[in-house]
Amino acid sequence: MKKRKERIDRGIKVRSEDIFALSSWREMLYFAAPRVIPVAVFILLPLVLGDYWQRVYLSVAVFALLAISWDILSQSGMISLGQALFFGMGAYCSGVLNHYFGISPFLTIPIAAVVGGAICTVMLLPVLRLRGVYFSMVTLIIPLMLERVIEATKIFGGTEGLSGLDVLPSKWLEMYILVAAMIAALFGFRRMMTSDYGLVLTGIKDNDRSVMNAGINIYWFKIQALFIASAVGAFAGAMMTHVYRFVGMPVFALDYSILPIAAVMVGGPGSFAGAVLGAFILVPLSEALRALGGLRIVFYGVFLVVFVVGMPEGIFHFIARKYSQFERWAEVDK
Amino acid sequence: MSETPLLEVKGLTKSFGGVQAVNGISFTLNKGDLLGIIGPNGSGKTTTVNLISGFVKATSGRVIFKGRDITNMPPYKIVRLGIARTFQMVKPFYQLPAFKNMIIPLYSPRVKALAGGKYGDRDAVALDLLEEVGFERDNQVAYKAASVLPQGYLKRLELAKAISLQPDIMILDELFSGLSLAEVASIVPIIEKLLLEGKTIIMIEHRLKELFRIASRVIVLNFGEKIADGVAKEVMESDEVKKAYLGSEE
Amino acid sequence: MLLGTIVYAIINSVILIMMSIGFNLTFGISGISNFAYGALYIFSAFSTYMLLQMVGLPYPVAALVSIVLTAAIGALMYRFILMRVRGQVLSEVIATFGIGLAILEFFRYLGFVGVEYALPVFIDDSFMIGEVYVDAQRLIIVASSVVLVGLLWLFVHYTSVGLAFRGIAQDERTALTFGMDSDWIATLSVSLGAALAAIAATVIIPLGTISVSQGYDVLINALAVSIIGGLGSTGGVIVASLVVGFAQRFTDTYIGSHWTMIVSLAAILLVLVIKPSGLYGKQKELEERI
Ligand SMILES: Nc1ncnc2c1ncn2[C@@H]1O[C@H](COP(=O)(O)OP(=O)(O)O)[C@@H](O)[C@H]1O
Ligand SMILES: [Mg+2]
Repeated sequence: MKKRKERIDRGIKVRSEDIFALSSWREMLYFAAPRVIPVAVFILLPLVLGDYWQRVYLSVAVFALLAISWDILSQSGMISLGQALFFGMGAYCSGVLNHYFGISPFLTIPIAAVVGGAICTVMLLPVLRLRGVYFSMVTLIIPLMLERVIEATKIFGGTEGLSGLDVLPSKWLEMYILVAAMIAALFGFRRMMTSDYGLVLTGIKDNDRSVMNAGINIYWFKIQALFIASAVGAFAGAMMTHVYRFVGMPVFALDYSILPIAAVMVGGPGSFAGAVLGAFILVPLSEALRALGGLRIVFYGVFLVVFVVGMPEGIFHFIARKYSQFERWAEVDK
Repeated sequence: MSETPLLEVKGLTKSFGGVQAVNGISFTLNKGDLLGIIGPNGSGKTTTVNLISGFVKATSGRVIFKGRDITNMPPYKIVRLGIARTFQMVKPFYQLPAFKNMIIPLYSPRVKALAGGKYGDRDAVALDLLEEVGFERDNQVAYKAASVLPQGYLKRLELAKAISLQPDIMILDELFSGLSLAEVASIVPIIEKLLLEGKTIIMIEHRLKELFRIASRVIVLNFGEKIADGVAKEVMESDEVKKAYLGSEE
Repeated sequence: MLLGTIVYAIINSVILIMMSIGFNLTFGISGISNFAYGALYIFSAFSTYMLLQMVGLPYPVAALVSIVLTAAIGALMYRFILMRVRGQVLSEVIATFGIGLAILEFFRYLGFVGVEYALPVFIDDSFMIGEVYVDAQRLIIVASSVVLVGLLWLFVHYTSVGLAFRGIAQDERTALTFGMDSDWIATLSVSLGAALAAIAATVIIPLGTISVSQGYDVLINALAVSIIGGLGSTGGVIVASLVVGFAQRFTDTYIGSHWTMIVSLAAILLVLVIKPSGLYGKQKELEERI
């Protein structure tokens, strides 16, 4: 008897209507599993990890936030090559507030997210009027230049940086603030981008003229998206400052710009889930590859090229598609 | 006439490098008019519309709307004041369903202001508007991705987007181009209905027969200059127009 | 002191022109921003070094081979990678950036770090201009940049390929209807940009050593000059290089060397605020056909 593979879309009913018609527990599970399981894993993971891998997990969360921030911008039509700008600005804001003014991390972190985000937004404001590649160019060079400026002017500790900063009272608090932020950002921004507001942002990317023609001030919306994204990045930077009790020039380094982009490219752009997935793959991978030293960055570069050219949708879309279909062997009619 | 016109265009001029796309065009538009703009390809019709809607900056000349100078204002402000337009080349958000394409204009501050703050469910409003321009409810066409819709529906979508902004003046740039006779015939009544509701419309058209049936006035452009202006019949009779426009077509 | 500052400011400006003209040319012709530009610059330098030290080719031959090799890499980069993602800004930016990253960091990984990685000067001599000492290499840089800009101008205005470049740059759609092969032109544009990076490296590197971090510096400089001058405008590159070159030199001499980076950053931000598309940029002014 001949058989062929039959592929069936599973999620049609669940996905196509606004009011979910969940008819059985199986469908309910099918719908809930991809949301509940990752959250459970995110929350439980720190409990089973040893000290070393807990540190790695912290980095995963930080890079996931930076990747989400990158994805917000890219979905709004801005391609950032300088996530380090947001990260570094947040890191320095909280470091300076803590070092010079003795403000508690509980205040410096939120302040750094808002103020750092605002400073980045103002710096990039003029570029928003231009389309295309200008945004990438400017975001790439500003953090690298700021690094030199700090080195040359010896401001904020210069090459030494500011060390001995306050930490949060417990490492569990550190961990769970970051994990909570990652979960909130993942689901919150997913929701935002599918709302009418998000539709306007993605509209600007696809056809800004058409959005303008709807009586919408696209600059104002781009400014909002930029502020949201930079605040997320600045928050990540501020957290790291207090985790490492140190802030210095390396926060503007290219690593913080590249790894988030690589994470999104590997995981897949446009869903935030891809960004988080990418961070979960690349950060531990780069720990494992630590022995290779500089070759890691070479790999990132190669990853960028391979994924952008060969698999622009990323891994997440692939998994999501597979999840919503299932295959079975069916008899072929004669 | 003592009544102040709704829209007044004075000596509008635009040059792109060496090309004089629009050269000293003036006209006025009263409330309730349907003004047709005709002329051969490249005569400056689209550029005139772009100048009025702010998408292109004028070299000189003025555009006055409701007594207010709107020359070179950014497009979104002009839309908010009440001039909406369609594009000759329709470029919808292809991966979105047709009704989701309507969300962006419905998100506009103008619509919010007119609805008095509370708008309710945009999706429902979008579906209603699409039905008005001929997206039949029963065959679910409004739920289909814009990328699979035929040209006729894309043009209707473009029209619905303009309608959703509840503008005082609606500018339709070659809405009928690329449509079949039957499709045109089904859209004409929609425009007639808009006129009955008191809308003011500017239509750029090559489909002269249909245009002349509904237009109260027509202006003719040639090489960026206005060569005739008046009631449809008279305009078509004038020698200059025959020479410049119809002569080249026949 | 003033004369010296001016002389060195001019040299500094010319170096900036050399470093950024290729990047800008590629963008001007095909709209591709090649973020691997700095990496190609360093690639060419290391390639010359290796041909010179390990293969033992004569210097001029090694330099020439490197330039050709770099140009070939540019062409291959377009053919095998960029062509597949043509027109998608996101993919172009990330692909070129990734290639540059991989090249630069690979050299770092191979251990190409240290003062011994240097190229000899062409002529070991120096001259006096008034009371200012200038070495021959710097004069060679100035001379070669004048020749290069002149040749480019002739090429673009008088050869058929150059005219095709201009056609594509001005109006891609119309040019296509005249049967120009836009992929071919784009290949050439990336390749020519890469060759210019290599030429710049050949004449500039002998002033110092070859280092991976310089690859990033060259990219930063090229981007800064292009942003200030206006993307795609060769005139803009020249003016912006002069502005930045002079500003850097004068702050260096009269205010302090640690201010030079601040001056460049300030110049970029200032230009972006006042004229976002750059001094000679057409980005904003070019009104789209709708
Ligand atoms: N953005 C632009 N840049 C340069 N030239 C343009 C632009 N838009 C229109 N033109 C030129 O202006 C003239 C008028 O064009 P247009 O207004 O589109 O004519 P129509 O809509 O009547 O066919 C044409 O010669 C066209 O080539
Ligand atoms: Mg037209």
